[in-house]
Amino acid sequence: MNEKLRSIINKTLLPVAALLIVLGVWYVVCESGSVPQFLLPSPQAVWQAFLKDRQLLMKHARVTLTETFIGLFFGIIIGFLSAVVMDRFSIVRKMLYPLIIITQTIPTVAIAPLLVLWLGYKMLPKIVLIVLIVFFPIAIGLLEGFQSVDADTVNLMRSMGAKRLQIFRIVKMPSALGHFFSGLKISVSYAVVGAVLAEWLGGTEGLGCYMTRVRKAYAYDKMFAVIILISVISLLMIWLTDMLQKSLMPWEKVNKKRRLPT
Amino acid sequence: MTALEVKNVTFSYDNVTPVLENINITLNKGELVCLLGVSGGGKTTLFNVIAGLNRPQQGQVLLNGEDITGSTGKISYMLQKDMLLPFRTVVDNVALPLILRGVPKRRARQTAGSHFAQFGIEGTQKQYPAELSGGMRQRAAMLRTYLFSGEAALLDEPFSALDTLTKSEMHRWYLRVMDEIKLSTIFITHDIDEAILLSDRIYLLGGKPGTITDEIVIREPKPRQEDFNLTEDFLRYKKLIISKIR
Repeated sequence: MNEKLRSIINKTLLPVAALLIVLGVWYVVCESGSVPQFLLPSPQAVWQAFLKDRQLLMKHARVTLTETFIGLFFGIIIGFLSAVVMDRFSIVRKMLYPLIIITQTIPTVAIAPLLVLWLGYKMLPKIVLIVLIVFFPIAIGLLEGFQSVDADTVNLMRSMGAKRLQIFRIVKMPSALGHFFSGLKISVSYAVVGAVLAEWLGGTEGLGCYMTRVRKAYAYDKMFAVIILISVISLLMIWLTDMLQKSLMPWEKVNKKRRLPT
Repeated sequence: MTALEVKNVTFSYDNVTPVLENINITLNKGELVCLLGVSGGGKTTLFNVIAGLNRPQQGQVLLNGEDITGSTGKISYMLQKDMLLPFRTVVDNVALPLILRGVPKRRARQTAGSHFAQFGIEGTQKQYPAELSGGMRQRAAMLRTYLFSGEAALLDEPFSALDTLTKSEMHRWYLRVMDEIKLSTIFITHDIDEAILLSDRIYLLGGKPGTITDEIVIREPKPRQEDFNLTEDFLRYKKLIISKIR
């Protein structure tokens, strides 16, 4: 019980307290009038802007989320397939791995306008950008997971007469799940940001477009509202990934609690 | 009745320097034979050949008279590391050889579960390996080995990672279980006491390349008497082996 209480304090109470302090300082600064309202809107102004525009925000959020999920879906599939191929054929790995690393050094901000130019103002360039962002952490994470499998374990499975596909399904895939989820957590948060970024550069729908419009109108209260909304969406996505991981990897709970020497 | 026969096996990784030369081993049904030798003497390589993971340049491996040289899945194999998969429950780990053979999951679990009491791991079915002690995990690994093949088993220093007390408890447990399941076994160890305590016969593997230098028969009743390892007889065997190793 005592331990549980401590865990609640550490994991919930302390971060919430920090958040409240930040909000409090923000509130006091705005109320005291030391910063003009049009530069930094107070927390209530942001909240009211959110309430006033909530239908519009939800409409745009739906578009952004659709792009994010479609992009995530294809990004994960492509990432998974390339990790499997790179794991199976070392020549492919040696050829592709450096190439993949190089593509990651190109800033997303630089590719986004090109994609819009090539693929138009609809959803496609946004989805392609998300796929590009998502693909990398998934592919690299999974590949590392596949390669980290203990050679003796694979030998034992082989001695039991296991086929390559069985070894993949029974040993490699579950071993790589942890790596996969580490990659996925990075991917989901970047995916939302990537969608917004692509929307800045062109299009008529999505939170990014909304953001561009309110910025041009100098409506900073709405600007803050949409920024916070994007953060909340990202956090929710990470939380969902976490939940998914916990339900797919029930052994992690036990293994974390008790690591006995082998 | 001969269960397993290794005939004139010569093996080399690079076709130039042989690691094993002209190895001959026979394992009778229900017998427990020890392979005793220094580390790096090719014991594990020999096991890989017998298990079919490495194909010898010369010689044959026969199981019940059938040539199984270079084919896996016939003889079970257990290493010092228990190698239970951390993401499978104990029963799913143990049932793995059955599942690989195509037995439906539910039946495989049932068959595996029915041996848990005999192997002294009753009640651990739904736990994960990390929740078990080292000794219990070795027992589970042992059961997995047995379910893999009841014909013949190769154990590569299965108890060497355990502490002394757990080890002697495991020895008693092992002899009792073996007495019940009568699994023909070749057992690798570098521990002379363990070899005398457990086996019916001991092969000494030595030299470079590895050859069988000697064979010692332990003529003692099984199960061993209590405190066998403190008797004069035990010491005589030990002196004999030490003199032969030198």
